[in-house]
Amino acid sequence: MDKVTSVKSRTVVMPQSDIDTDQIVPARFLTTTTRKGLGKALFADWRYDRAGNPRPEFLLNRPEAAGCGVLVAGNNFGCGSSREHAPWALLDFGIRAVISTEIADIFRGNSLKNGLIPVTVDKATHGWLVENPGVEVTVDVEASKLLLPDGRAVSFPIDGFSKYCLLNGVDQLGYLLNQADAISRFEDTRPWKP
Amino acid sequence: MSGKSLFQKVWDDHIVVPESADTPAVLYIDLHLTHEVTSPEAFSVLRSRGLKVRRPDLTLATLDHSTPTVPVASLKDLDIVSEPAAAAQIRVMIENCREYGIELLGFESDSRGIVHIIGPELGITQPGKTIVCGDSHTSTHGAFGALAFGIGTTEVGHVLASQCLLQRRPKTLAITVDGKLGAGVTAKDIILAIIGRIGVDGGTGHVIEYRGSAIRALDMEQRMTVCNMSIEAGARAGMIAPDDTTIQYLKNRPMAPKGAAWDAAVARWRQLPSDADASFDREITIDSSTITPMVTFGTNPGMVVPIAEPVPVATDASFRKALTYMGVTENRPMLGMPVNVVFIGSCTNARLSDLREAAGILRGRKVAPSVRMLVVPGSEQVKRAAEREGLHEIFLAAGAEWREAGCSMCLGMNGDVTARGELCVSTSNRNFEGRQGVGARTVLASPLTAAASAIAGTIADPRPLLAH
Repeated sequence: MDKVTSVKSRTVVMPQSDIDTDQIVPARFLTTTTRKGLGKALFADWRYDRAGNPRPEFLLNRPEAAGCGVLVAGNNFGCGSSREHAPWALLDFGIRAVISTEIADIFRGNSLKNGLIPVTVDKATHGWLVENPGVEVTVDVEASKLLLPDGRAVSFPIDGFSKYCLLNGVDQLGYLLNQADAISRFEDTRPWKP
Repeated sequence: MSGKSLFQKVWDDHIVVPESADTPAVLYIDLHLTHEVTSPEAFSVLRSRGLKVRRPDLTLATLDHSTPTVPVASLKDLDIVSEPAAAAQIRVMIENCREYGIELLGFESDSRGIVHIIGPELGITQPGKTIVCGDSHTSTHGAFGALAFGIGTTEVGHVLASQCLLQRRPKTLAITVDGKLGAGVTAKDIILAIIGRIGVDGGTGHVIEYRGSAIRALDMEQRMTVCNMSIEAGARAGMIAPDDTTIQYLKNRPMAPKGAAWDAAVARWRQLPSDADASFDREITIDSSTITPMVTFGTNPGMVVPIAEPVPVATDASFRKALTYMGVTENRPMLGMPVNVVFIGSCTNARLSDLREAAGILRGRKVAPSVRMLVVPGSEQVKRAAEREGLHEIFLAAGAEWREAGCSMCLGMNGDVTARGELCVSTSNRNFEGRQGVGARTVLASPLTAAASAIAGTIADPRPLLAH
């Protein structure tokens, strides 16, 4: 995994709450066997019309969304299916951080393992971001702060271990494999064979 | 010091390395279930790093998500998978399992089926185990007092390579459901009522323990329906303490312990229920005697009402968008809304008892001419058991389709879809926009309500049709 120390970008705002992973990547795109190229499937049913042409009114198709790397979404973003295709698609499209008042557990874990930063903030901060789309913000991973253009710095929670992995480009599998001796000892002391 | 909860006992029993301020716990996994959709990239990572599967003996694979359910004489042949990408994905799964020595319950197996249906019916889902799968409905297995949760593909790779996961201890939420269920009210209605109460994010960060007299009175298949939809409340997992019902269900299952090992296992399982003085981070109580058949009206499982009660008035733009998508009117009940498709199936409601309930309503009656009805057994074993009882003849005589086992129309990725704009009353778990097909509208309900709606051609209350 590449190092991620901060994300500085303009925001694109989708204020709808409870955006589920079936919207982020509809299931019919999951017959792939690779994580590559899923950006074209991102929000496919909202983004394209029946003929497969981009809907000009959909947020991510609008000119002002071009190049925006931070998605501000409504509460409980990423709920539903565990498909890791959701963060893969967001990253492939160019989204590198998601800001919401709440982010669903599995999506959050999947995002951190791929370098997509989940940022949960208080309602007031979120409300301000929703009302001011397109502002440039900085997600500072090291300081665990979201920096707003008016100078405010809003803290967001991030597990210390996940932060270490992001800042150093370490993937968690390497850490787990280093625990092999402890895992073997645990297996030997099981009171029963699972 | 207060006692331990069921969750805490299972968690503590699987700690390889305890969590610290800097690092999450290393949690051992007793059973890793896997299927064709969320595993290919994980095997690719293993291959690229030259890693082996640490415990193929604790890993079990099947084919369910992208497999078609069209009736065929034999499922032994891959040629029935007409969609090239799905066929390629299935070939990759077969090849991965062969290369890494993982048992695959594939097309040639009598035990193939939806991953969350076959674990319990084989008896490999057991109390006290940690169970994971690259699938959010892994919470189903918590019905046995296992700690079971869905993971992403990166974590599938972690478990394949190390048999462990890095986890922070979640919080606990006790949901007590007390009271007697009314006639025609099922486990599906209980869990829909719970999600309606706490919301689709009400369980975020928590493991739920379902308890109380109404939960104890449920059989194992009903308990699985409740735990299955824990994720729809945002919870990591849902658990129910093992009891005589659990133990009777598991006895003599093919992969359950036998002889002295069985006795030892039962003794361990008896220790698992939460201690009387166990504490939880949150507690909620629900009176089950007030629950009626439930139906969803919006585009997530928390947007749910008792079948005869009016749809609430929209409070915000997201809510209004959902009502518009569904073509639903505020202040009016869902009862009587025209139905195009009825789907009985999925890891939520495709077990034998679900099919019996639907057949009980359909016996001697006909599906409305305007309705297409699919009945999709959850596994090959469920299919054969239903056929031994003649349930398939009841479905076929009523005008329904009787299909091969699989995930089917729960998620539109295997050829079974609801057409754009059509309304499907579904026994599955998600009424998200387009979940059952692009532009499809989903109303979640119990098998009884789904069957009653198939006959009426509109959303219907099953209670008048129940045999006395």
